[in-house]
Amino acid sequence: MAEIMYWEAIRRAHDEEMARDPLVICMGEDIGVAGGTYKATKGLYEKYGPLRVIDTPISENSYTGLGIGASFLGLRPIIELMSVNFTWLAMDQMFNSAAKVRYMSGGQLSAPVVFRSPGGTAHQLGAQHSARMEKVFMGIAGLRVVTPSNPRQAYGLLKSAVRCDDPVFINEHELMYNMKGEVPDSEYFHPLEGSEISRSGTDVTLFGYNISVHWNLKAAEILDKQYGISAEVVDLYSLSPLDRAGIRKSIAKTHRAVVVGEDEAPVSVGSEVIALINEECFFELDAAPMRVNSAHVPQPYNHTLEKASIPDHEDVVNAVLKMFGKA
Amino acid sequence: MKLEDKKRVLREMVVHRRFEERCYQAYIERKIGGFLHLYPGQEACCNGVLEAARPGYDYVITGYRDHVHAIKCGADPKEVMAELYGKETGSSKGRGGSMHIFDAKHHFMGGYALVGGPFPLAAGIAKAIQIKGGDEIAICFLGDAANNQGTFHETLNMAALWNLPVLFVCENNLYGIGTAIERSTAVVHQHKRVCGYGIEAAECDGQDIEKVYEAAKVAVNHVRSGKGPYFLELMTYRYRGHSMSDSRGYRTREEEEEWKQRDPIYILRDRLIAQKAMTMADYEALEKEIDHYIENEVVKFAEESPEPRIEELEKYVLADRETQLPWLTGRAA
Ligand SMILES: Cc1ncc(C[n+]2csc(CCOP(=O)(O)OP(=O)(O)O)c2C)c(N)n1
Ligand SMILES: [Mg+2]
Repeated sequence: MAEIMYWEAIRRAHDEEMARDPLVICMGEDIGVAGGTYKATKGLYEKYGPLRVIDTPISENSYTGLGIGASFLGLRPIIELMSVNFTWLAMDQMFNSAAKVRYMSGGQLSAPVVFRSPGGTAHQLGAQHSARMEKVFMGIAGLRVVTPSNPRQAYGLLKSAVRCDDPVFINEHELMYNMKGEVPDSEYFHPLEGSEISRSGTDVTLFGYNISVHWNLKAAEILDKQYGISAEVVDLYSLSPLDRAGIRKSIAKTHRAVVVGEDEAPVSVGSEVIALINEECFFELDAAPMRVNSAHVPQPYNHTLEKASIPDHEDVVNAVLKMFGKA
Repeated sequence: MKLEDKKRVLREMVVHRRFEERCYQAYIERKIGGFLHLYPGQEACCNGVLEAARPGYDYVITGYRDHVHAIKCGADPKEVMAELYGKETGSSKGRGGSMHIFDAKHHFMGGYALVGGPFPLAAGIAKAIQIKGGDEIAICFLGDAANNQGTFHETLNMAALWNLPVLFVCENNLYGIGTAIERSTAVVHQHKRVCGYGIEAAECDGQDIEKVYEAAKVAVNHVRSGKGPYFLELMTYRYRGHSMSDSRGYRTREEEEEWKQRDPIYILRDRLIAQKAMTMADYEALEKEIDHYIENEVVKFAEESPEPRIEELEKYVLADRETQLPWLTGRAA
């Protein structure tokens, strides 16, 4: 098992899938000659040529629609949207075409296309370049949503997403492309459904996904060492569908839940996870579920304000302490 | 056009007209729900273009005014009517409705209800053809008002940039719902709007099928021979309101009458009669026969077909689970 970076893992998945199947193509702004804003498609243009590695004009809705139309004929486009802030412009085609075409054609057409896009807060990119969009995508019927928290998932989820016949949105994070992690040397397909227990515990479950899994792991460490609280960390890498069975199983064990996301509440991923917990395991609970989210503001530019607007491991620790009556 | 083709197309256009008029009646009887956009008046556009192309082979995509385009590509009128009735035997299994007729096996890639939505999809189909190396072309039929969407301009740019085999047909019926084109669009001649993208374009009378056919032949040859996209504007008129709840207060009855003097079916019929290829009595018999077919086969089929089962409400949201298990569970070989 080699340690590689998140961007390298994504690049490797592209490369393997494109080498295997001539119908796999990739497209997006600056992904070809320039190699991709986050290097996720580096070298592919030289290897596969301009017909299959397509530098698009800055026309998000239409190049997304173009990829979707190509997928109707069996192509497997991997479409990079440079930032989730720009996906607003492509949502018409993502939602009205890709997510609905199988249903409204009675199963005649499908859109086996992969959308990849980084979200989250990087460093002082301001209101229009810092956003979390996964909560929007996960509410759309006909679309799968996954979000890798490490290079292994980034590699394996893209591999599975390309092969899957459903449209898949892969929510990446701008701060994670340089994260290192182990990725199997042999081909690996990460399941598109389910969740992973990143750390086992007995007293409380910290649900997270993508970057918040890392805050939760750090918080679990502190809770264990300093407060004697054993936290389980569950990685909800699939946001649509959510792993109901996995969520139930962890609650049955810990009886407490804190849902952590970089997205803002009201209306966060946590809203849905807590609703699900209430519906499916209310009588297992020993405490009211809590959520930890960003402030409900457009992202401020000022460094101090920006830091104050997004949660981190300390906010998670504080939420758990509050739940246990220790804060 | 050859004489036998003209006679065949006349017959097809009568089927299209009578089918649509029968839909109107079924809507009044509340057998059909939702929005219903009818095609009478515009028949020569779809028929003329697709006579010059290869329906069932070339890929066709359009907006919500889609019944006739589907039928012309090879969809069975019975299945289209059953779709309007929301039946399980409908072309989209009753899940689509009037605005979402699909017939993938005849390469009719669907009707879409977001104005401008099909532009990039058509270009994507053309991109797939280009990558796979076939000689099919993509044909996108849309209205005049759709050209004010960003997707129109974005797609024209990409289609020209990548030399895609796609033909854009603009059925300019002078209105987008109740807004006359000169009230919404700075340049009313739509073919003039594409020159900024370096795309070959032409305008043609959309009421005379022989003229449409000749113009479309040039367009189709251009696209099929690898010269890139083409834009064909057809000047036409829809007789009925935009959808069903439209009292047409935005235009005059005189204007409507004027256009009806240039009815696409009658133009062709009268030409065939003048050429002594048929008589008025033949034509009247044809109409009768077609009405009989529509009533006793098409409508009957729709009426007698079963409803979709409520247990299957969620079918077709995602791919059949069983077929996707390796990727859903990670247990791929
Ligand atoms: C994105 C979007 N905006 C608005 C509408 C409502 N709408 C439906 S049809 C239409 C007019 C379109 O006119 P045109 O493109 O000329 O086609 P026609 O109906 O004349 O064939 C409008 C505004 C819609 N369906 N989609
Ligand atoms: Mg119009």
